[in-house]
Amino acid sequence: MLRYALLRLLGAIPTLLLVIVLAFLMVHAAPGGPFDAERVLPSDVAANIEAAYHIDESLARQFMRYMSGLARGDMGPSYRYRDYTVAELIGSGLPLSLQIGTLAMALALLVGVSAGSVAALKQNSMLDRIVMSFAMTGISIPVFVVAPVLVLLLAVKMHVLPAGWSGTAGAAKFVLPVVTLALPQIAYIARLTRASMIDVLGSDFIRTARAQGLGTRTLIRVHALKPAMLPVLSYMGPAIAAILTGSVVVEEVFSIPGLGQFFVRGALNRDYTLVLGIVIFYATLIISLNLVVDILYATIDPRVRRR
Amino acid sequence: MKSMPLLLLIVALSGIVACGGPEKASDRTSVLNRGLGTEPESLDAHKSRSVQAAAVLRDIGEGLISYTTTGELTSGAAESWEISDDRLTYTFHLKPNAKWSNGDSVTAEHFVFSAARLRDPATAAFYAQFLGDVSTLTAADNETLLINLKRPTPYLLSLLTHPATFPMHPGSLAEYGDGFARPGKLLSNGAYVLTSWVPGSLLTLNRNMHYWNNAATAIDEIRYHVQSLVAVELSRYRVGELDITSEVPSDTFQQVKNEYGDQLHITPEQNVYYYGYNLTKEPFGDSLELRQALSMAIDRELLVEKITSRGEAPAYSWVPPGVENYEPPELSYATLSQEERNKIAQGLYKTAGYDEENPLQLELRYNTSDTHRRIALAIQSMWRDVLGFQVTLINEEFQVLLANMRDREVTQVFRSSWSGDYNDAYAFLGTLQSENAANMPGYASEEFDALLEQAAEQTDLDRRRLYLEEAERVMLADHPAIPIYFYVSKHLVKPNIAGWGDNVLDYHYSQHLSLKAAE
Repeated sequence: MLRYALLRLLGAIPTLLLVIVLAFLMVHAAPGGPFDAERVLPSDVAANIEAAYHIDESLARQFMRYMSGLARGDMGPSYRYRDYTVAELIGSGLPLSLQIGTLAMALALLVGVSAGSVAALKQNSMLDRIVMSFAMTGISIPVFVVAPVLVLLLAVKMHVLPAGWSGTAGAAKFVLPVVTLALPQIAYIARLTRASMIDVLGSDFIRTARAQGLGTRTLIRVHALKPAMLPVLSYMGPAIAAILTGSVVVEEVFSIPGLGQFFVRGALNRDYTLVLGIVIFYATLIISLNLVVDILYATIDPRVRRR
Repeated sequence: MKSMPLLLLIVALSGIVACGGPEKASDRTSVLNRGLGTEPESLDAHKSRSVQAAAVLRDIGEGLISYTTTGELTSGAAESWEISDDRLTYTFHLKPNAKWSNGDSVTAEHFVFSAARLRDPATAAFYAQFLGDVSTLTAADNETLLINLKRPTPYLLSLLTHPATFPMHPGSLAEYGDGFARPGKLLSNGAYVLTSWVPGSLLTLNRNMHYWNNAATAIDEIRYHVQSLVAVELSRYRVGELDITSEVPSDTFQQVKNEYGDQLHITPEQNVYYYGYNLTKEPFGDSLELRQALSMAIDRELLVEKITSRGEAPAYSWVPPGVENYEPPELSYATLSQEERNKIAQGLYKTAGYDEENPLQLELRYNTSDTHRRIALAIQSMWRDVLGFQVTLINEEFQVLLANMRDREVTQVFRSSWSGDYNDAYAFLGTLQSENAANMPGYASEEFDALLEQAAEQTDLDRRRLYLEEAERVMLADHPAIPIYFYVSKHLVKPNIAGWGDNVLDYHYSQHLSLKAAE
């Protein structure tokens, strides 16, 4: 088991390296540089700034410089936000992104599983149709449409929630971003749960349990829910990835100072170090999560280890 | 079913974590919420250049000279000044009670230190050459600063209002190094002190108790909200989360105007929206006729009325109206009707060698923005209707367009704009000097360059003005670019805010603002 985990860990290193190299080449290949602006700099001023940030060096040298910094745990200064280092910006954005992501995931599971189960139990009823058409809508409408509509409705028209992030009251400002981020996942999870629940409810062991005179509530709680959850659980990986990428849009729309917003700004500003830092961070996160999942699978299913 | 309660627990816990309690200011502190637009890239006055950084810096710092609410020069950290007869030496006397936020006095040495740091290549300042006309800056004593100029620079006082020229506290820089521009570290000599900065979200400033004019500062706390999406900024203004916006969205402008009336402030700005020609390549390099034809075929009145429609003025000059001691000359055809212009344009187009059988092949590049796209579409149809050719519109990401403009390889016509850093015609005309890095069209006219040189030598302001005006006349006739319109600044300001002054510079110092008592 330990050997398997170590092998997997070693396998992750080249993947991460490849991600870094590709990301490095891609940000530098984009036209324009971090210090370009409509107000063009006099050439010696520009040369001076480029020298100060070493972007006048060859790409290979810049890469070596970056990697040696990275090896020492230094992701460098942000090129755009010149008072901050990349590590500081990630440190300031990460907690928020995590909070919103976790809340959205929890909400998606809670509402998605409940709605899916209810729809399965009342299959083909009016309720089922309502839940499922809601789910279909949730999947189809993109986040950047849902977000402004929710703001218009709940903040501008009804005044029940704040419209923005900065300087507004504590918990209320989380509601809209979390709901927006969770909506498509709620929809997905509800559909998965419904399908799988209908499957399980039709199986022999449920019929046996029913024959023994168990009530619906106990039947669902004790017997049906667990097997019905398996497809949902295997969807968790893609769901986390979707929440990560979704957060980029949601944070931008709601002006939440999380990693997603920094990533978008960084890309538009050609803030090489900031973009690289966030890419490396996300890559490490996703690779580690996959690693954990693989190891868990291996623990549950010994066949995986031998493959 | 064990997972359900667990989930509930997670949700509840995260909810608790999220609850920081409402951020209510106590009743005694007055708070002003200002929309800032994008994030300031730095509050080190030597490492920033954005309008947003400058707005915050003008609240937390103060130069020798400052502006009134209506945009007139007034004394800042300097109490008085004398100008020598040859206009080459300025002597500034500092206010004896000018203080840093830690109580230290602001001395002449702090201005000398700051100017030296600004010019030091190691600082890598964007405005390193901002004081290029200054030969020496010396502290005669603690309260007297001498500035010697290489040549008469009538806009020196205007330069000295710019954050890049604000004083810096050498002790603070020695202590914190380059990381000094952060809350808790950044010393200010202005009306406010930076007390917190959440990157991407919020900058909070509080009253500087040591500021010499603190008694006149009305509002205790200023919150600058980073809000890059103008539509969101408007929503936040609607619900009362913001008192002042940095912009007004163009697509809902009419609606906002009807809804808010007096709260909407529209003011001409010193900023020109233009289409530049790439003069280093065909077809524009040696065809003045073609350059003039394209310019004349654009109906600027129609554009500002129907497309931008926020009170912009059509541009027939390079330097905007309202610049100090200057009367911009206009393009020769400014007084003609559009029909007359079109007729002449058609003739010029033919002279340049194009007609219906042999139409001009042209690409127009603009950066991604709804306004730019609509203007480009309108101009496309004007050129088609008047001259009969179909321009290809190319929409590029901003950084891509900048790179293309600078390289001058693929560009033919490109959208750009220019705003002055100081209130003087040279701030605009200088950009088209042949050696200037901002000279995007690649305009090189010996006559124009020489006239600007001569203007720079003049000690008499009226004579200088004549040279500058003549230079612009020469340049306009050469058509290196098409001035299209002059921008306006657009803000929503809540009716309970007093002290707001509309001005061409679009500077609105928080220390001038106050909150009227609720009625």
